[in-house]
Amino acid sequence: MKKILTTPIKDEDLEALNIGDVVYLTGTLVTCRDVAHRRLIELGRELPVNLEGGAIFHAGPIVRQKADGEYEMVSIGPTTSMRMEKFEKEFIRRTGVKLIVGKGGMGPETQEGCKENKAVHAIFPGGCAVLAATQVEKIEAAEWTDLGMPETLWVNRVKEFGPLIISIDTKGKNLIEENKAVFNEKKKPILERINAQVRFIK
Amino acid sequence: MDKTVAIADLTHLMSKFTSYIGKRLPTDVTEKLGELREKEVNFLAKEVYESMRQNQEAADQLDRPSCQDTGVIQYFLTAGARFPLLGELEGILRGATEGATRDGPLRHNAVETFVEKNTGTNTGSKIPWLDWDIVPDDDSVTIDVYMAGGGCTLPGKATVLMPGQGYEGVAEFVLDVMTSRGVNACPPLLVGVGVSTSAETAARLSKKAILRPVNSRHSNDNAALMEQLLTDGINELGLGPQGLTGNSSVMGVNIESSARHPSTIGVAVSTGCWAHRRGKIKINADLSYEVMSHQGFKL
Repeated sequence: MKKILTTPIKDEDLEALNIGDVVYLTGTLVTCRDVAHRRLIELGRELPVNLEGGAIFHAGPIVRQKADGEYEMVSIGPTTSMRMEKFEKEFIRRTGVKLIVGKGGMGPETQEGCKENKAVHAIFPGGCAVLAATQVEKIEAAEWTDLGMPETLWVNRVKEFGPLIISIDTKGKNLIEENKAVFNEKKKPILERINAQVRFIK
Repeated sequence: MDKTVAIADLTHLMSKFTSYIGKRLPTDVTEKLGELREKEVNFLAKEVYESMRQNQEAADQLDRPSCQDTGVIQYFLTAGARFPLLGELEGILRGATEGATRDGPLRHNAVETFVEKNTGTNTGSKIPWLDWDIVPDDDSVTIDVYMAGGGCTLPGKATVLMPGQGYEGVAEFVLDVMTSRGVNACPPLLVGVGVSTSAETAARLSKKAILRPVNSRHSNDNAALMEQLLTDGINELGLGPQGLTGNSSVMGVNIESSARHPSTIGVAVSTGCWAHRRGKIKINADLSYEVMSHQGFKL
């Protein structure tokens, strides 16, 4: 059976989740990426959206404005979460956000932030942007539109949005960092084998 | 044909083609992904491959860009010196990018540097980016369109090695890029490696390498061997789709090369994500055309 999180998300909804678990989200999902993080943390500006118990998506979508002025979500997939590593711990603490969705892993600062504030990071499969767009029921608001289409905070109502693969859990475990350690360990013997066969300079 | 009409026609064709390649993957990439999906056994990896399959189906049916990051638009031209609109191509491709941005629609991905404003048109200083090869005694032009998304552009790296580091140094450089940043570039990747004389020549060749078909091989036996060794080696790392571990890490590794200075080995890596959006179209002097990368393109 699908495990579904619903906003507002409470600490106890997340405590039993472990890295590698697959969940889905129903409720509100707000896009939030580079400049929005910078504005809150470095420039001290207040976010125009309340994220207490909320979910953010590291994403910059393609949105079309229809004749009646309503926005239509055309294509929305995750962007590289690691770009937000510099800001995320403080961002979690300041906003009370509970679920961060993106692509690839994040680093030790975010791990600490997730552990201290009971939040999780999850991976939505990168490049699957039309699949994601079909799970957006409505764009309810657009904030900081001066940032242009990719960086605007798009407030989306989503239904069973996923798959979301938990990559950092509330215990501070980090799936992608664990995987990376394995990749690095494997690298040395592979290189030794390749190098024995590419001594073309003689 | 009247020149103004010819320019408008070719702009329209290239606008449609640019928009089209953002919605449907080239045939060689689709086939390779199918092959990798079949072979996969890891649970999370299978889940991701299934999302990828559903996504491409939905993008095709709904006629939408399959990935929201439609990239910075790059055109790689192999142009006959006698192509009748040779001097007009730059303007035509700028117009095509603007057209595709409106009609695709494409995401607005051109931020004017230093001004730090998104132009909203996908055009800006030197963008779309054009790369030229001129062919003497030919009157056609072959254009590779590439959508350079942010995720797969980020791992890009170039350096100049000392000859003492040899091709062993090249292999190490490529594998280091894979384990450090490859995970974020949406594997399984198509990896392009340039082996050349300096940083910028290697970088250009590494990008040209990912325009080659997935299963193609370098014409030199040693280089082809290195492509195979790197493909096998990176697959053995087991990045899997999205770095969630799995049987494969790459769709392939393509090497492009040039002669080098005796004192240097320039090496560079460019990566293409699984949603490797490139298209190849050949346009003849009479503006008839042939799409070489996809089946089913219609104007």
